[in-house]
Amino acid sequence: MTTTGSKHAWKTRRRWLRLWPYAGAAVIVLWCLGPFYWMVVTAFRDVGHTFDATPWPSHPTLDNFRAAFDTSGGDHFGRALLNSMVIACATTALALLIGGPAAYALVRLPMRAKPKVLAAILCASMFPGVAILTPMFQLFTDIKWLGTYQALIVPNISFALPLAIWILTSFFAAMPWELEKAALADGATPAQAFRKILLPLAAPGLFTTGIIVFFAAWDEYLLSSLLSNGNPDVAPVTVAIANFAGSQPHQVPYTAIMAAGAVVTLPLVAAVLVFQRRIVTGLTAGAFK
Amino acid sequence: MAKPSDTTAHRRSRLGPLLVSPSLVLLAAVIGYPVVAALVTSFRADPSLKDGFFTTGGEFSGVSNYLHWLVQSCGGTSCPAGTLGDQFWTSVLVTLFFTVVTVSLEVLIGLLMAVVMNQAFAGRGLLRAVVLVPWAIPTAVTAKLWFFMFAYDGIINRALGAHILWTDGAWSSRVAVIIADVWKTTPFVALLLLADMSGIPGGLYEAARIDGASAFQSFLRITLPLVRPALLVAVVFRVLDVLRIYDLPAILTQGGGGDGHATTTLSILTVRQIQQGYGGASALSTLTFVLIFGVALALVRAFRVNLVQSEQHGMS
Amino acid sequence: MSTRRTLSAASAALVLAAAGCATPDSGLDAAGRHLDGRGPITYVQASDTAGVATKQVIETWNRRHPDQRVTLRQFSDVDELHDNLVHHFKAEDADYDVLGADVVTIAEYAAHRWLQPFKGAYTLDTSALLEQTVKTARYQGTLYAAPFMTDAGLLYYRKDLVPRPPRTWQELLGHCKIARERGMGCYAGQFAKYEGLTVNVAEAVAAAGGSFVKADGTTPSADTPAARKGLSLLVDAYRSGDIPKEAITYQEEESREAFEAGKLLFLRNWSYVYPLASSDGGSVVKGKFGVAMLPGVSGPGRTALGGQDNAVNVYSEHKATARDFLIYLQSPGVQRELLIKQGQSPVVKSLYHDKKLLDDPALGYLGALERSIATATERPVTPFYPAVTQAISQNAYAAIKGEKPVGKALEDIQAAILAATSEQ
Repeated sequence: MTTTGSKHAWKTRRRWLRLWPYAGAAVIVLWCLGPFYWMVVTAFRDVGHTFDATPWPSHPTLDNFRAAFDTSGGDHFGRALLNSMVIACATTALALLIGGPAAYALVRLPMRAKPKVLAAILCASMFPGVAILTPMFQLFTDIKWLGTYQALIVPNISFALPLAIWILTSFFAAMPWELEKAALADGATPAQAFRKILLPLAAPGLFTTGIIVFFAAWDEYLLSSLLSNGNPDVAPVTVAIANFAGSQPHQVPYTAIMAAGAVVTLPLVAAVLVFQRRIVTGLTAGAFK
Repeated sequence: MAKPSDTTAHRRSRLGPLLVSPSLVLLAAVIGYPVVAALVTSFRADPSLKDGFFTTGGEFSGVSNYLHWLVQSCGGTSCPAGTLGDQFWTSVLVTLFFTVVTVSLEVLIGLLMAVVMNQAFAGRGLLRAVVLVPWAIPTAVTAKLWFFMFAYDGIINRALGAHILWTDGAWSSRVAVIIADVWKTTPFVALLLLADMSGIPGGLYEAARIDGASAFQSFLRITLPLVRPALLVAVVFRVLDVLRIYDLPAILTQGGGGDGHATTTLSILTVRQIQQGYGGASALSTLTFVLIFGVALALVRAFRVNLVQSEQHGMS
Repeated sequence: MSTRRTLSAASAALVLAAAGCATPDSGLDAAGRHLDGRGPITYVQASDTAGVATKQVIETWNRRHPDQRVTLRQFSDVDELHDNLVHHFKAEDADYDVLGADVVTIAEYAAHRWLQPFKGAYTLDTSALLEQTVKTARYQGTLYAAPFMTDAGLLYYRKDLVPRPPRTWQELLGHCKIARERGMGCYAGQFAKYEGLTVNVAEAVAAAGGSFVKADGTTPSADTPAARKGLSLLVDAYRSGDIPKEAITYQEEESREAFEAGKLLFLRNWSYVYPLASSDGGSVVKGKFGVAMLPGVSGPGRTALGGQDNAVNVYSEHKATARDFLIYLQSPGVQRELLIKQGQSPVVKSLYHDKKLLDDPALGYLGALERSIATATERPVTPFYPAVTQAISQNAYAAIKGEKPVGKALEDIQAAILAATSEQ
């Protein structure tokens, strides 16, 4: 009796061990997608039923998506999507191109005052954004930058670059640099070692850093809302969504806001998913695992 | 002619500063200028009213803007309830409270998420994409979404069958802000940890299992030490972020709850003060900077040991 | 000039620029310039007060004035617009020519001499407009803006349950037993801690004959028996449950939703609720509600005016075009179009007596609106509005929740306003 009992317990335990990732995954999916689901449901609701609480769209409609992309009133949500792409991509590229070499130097090259440099870079990302705003605005007024792309990209450096350098530093520090040495010893040129060994090794780190910086730039609102200066030709989606107005003063167009929120979220996640596949394959093909 | 190794060493020692300097120059331009400008403004008086019209202000006013916040001095008397000066110290406490609680929760949940995502099972890639969803929604929209869900007749009360006035109570409003922030930013922590975790060779775990270590033990002895650098970077940046948190409480609770400012953070206070005068706002943001700097310094000090270690590991 | 002196002069200029200093009286000088300037102009406003019709109206102007085109710039809400405008003014920037400003911000901008005054040769005829709306555009006796849209708080009531709307708070509270019997809330306005609370409290205080700030715009008048009586109306109703507990979380939209869902007998809200509650698919009160003036103490109460005035940037270089555009925006034709298409309450008197409009069922609130505007009180008129509304909303919020006695709340409001207006 006891034997079968413990055998049974052992079996359950094994089954549980095999199943627990799925149980964990289910909890994560519920937690992450629950509120998002509500967002999507609201996005499909008729605006006159905004506050309904049915778990599926009552009076489903596509009007909210149409309203979000409607350009008859001079709104350009599609344009704003493009602007966000331009701004976030440029910010990411700048942060990686300038921050990557810096992080490499901080990890791999002999340098005095390394902790001081790292601390200074961290320090730079500490000043509250709201405080940077006023002087930045005055500067950009003087040099006629208000309402241009560069006025939206350059200030993003203030948070994107320190973020990139710090994350890359932690990645580079953990990389097996012996492999580079070994390759050089085997007669590879430094360029070959870089391309064939280092780049594949650094790719996941660069990619992850890229995503993080991109998302941070994609999310930025406070600086953009002031520095875009009301110019819809350069304003990013965060500003465009905040500008959504109801058909009446005071009315908050929740349904249209949620539709726009879904529109900006899904393509981003899909893109990351596609890229991630590629990176993960690259990773397993490399010498890492 | 020098020996080749000397040249290499020399070149390498020159290359370091060369690679780092563009970053430093750029940051000095983007951050240095505004910081100095704000510092100068913080010692200047705001305009005052004379015969119905404002003076231009800007005269040197010593440290009076700082005293306004630090000792709640409003024109010689103590700042009464309903002024911004009165809210400074509670805002400091609220901001620190949000920081400690949200970052702790994010690290805990982020670790768990990363561990699950790191398991080999069908649909893992999909799960990784799912985790990105909360993070990909712009904060401005997230705040509106949670505001909508935390409304009295919102879905959260209906789902719980409760009648909680989320945005009204001091603690319920804080809980609402914390839930929304944790939901939104845990993916950042999880993703950062996952990237390091997936780099841990499976052989290590195999060896530990053969030595009779339980799954929890190998998590403590193998996973945690190896993801520590990433974890600390995540913690530092999350702490710096939450210390400046603005959008979420500003939209979700308007800084209200409790006696009317239970969720007013330092950034919310700064934005309100900007509407009332730049001198005071500059002093406030300088104080915020000092606070963040202090916290960051403490963190980095606790962190440095590890940083040097990992550098040496990297240099080997 | 020696290099050193040039350098120190340059650095002094830099410091001045960094500190955001303007040369003294630059606004006064600028007020005399570019009065005849014509050319393309930029109009900036908050998008939460403007709909598609505003853009169509601007399109019409642009077709008629191809060489004086108007470009529209929008910011998401009045707070953001305020901050952006202040930045522009401090930089003495001519980018914006016409600005649509929330009525409560006119005093602040005017006191900084950032708005072009309408006096001397640069005048504006306001005789066709509602008197109360013109008052919102004045500061220290001078007209600084052109009224463009107005709005008033109205009392929505369930006419199927209460045949005649109450005129006083006492009458209103007398009807509350109907609500109790049906398990509804009796009365709600906007009591969350935000700008809307200041409006609701100012109305209650005005109903009792009180105010927060005296006519000079700086002397507080909050600590008076009248103000105590006014604030107590809300405090007592909340304590007794006649104002339901959840109303402490309400902004405009949540309170509208509660009324449309049949959960409230009376609702204080702006005119925008009328067309929505009559047409929304989710509204269960279609055809079952009426609209009246807010209740007072011994007769009808007084609403606080909302809305937007348009002003000309004192640094604008095309002030003649700007003024023409203002006149266009407040012309009866444009005002009528904005009323019909986006429910924007007009500032032109004659539209409130227009037979066609009065007969339009979607505009069934026009009569009550006109009566409300005629007796409206202004929100506290002061150049220190951000500080004053902060003082009122925070202390009144604590008082309504019963966490602070009414007397103490008003003492604190008094002291906070005094501190804000005298210290700076």
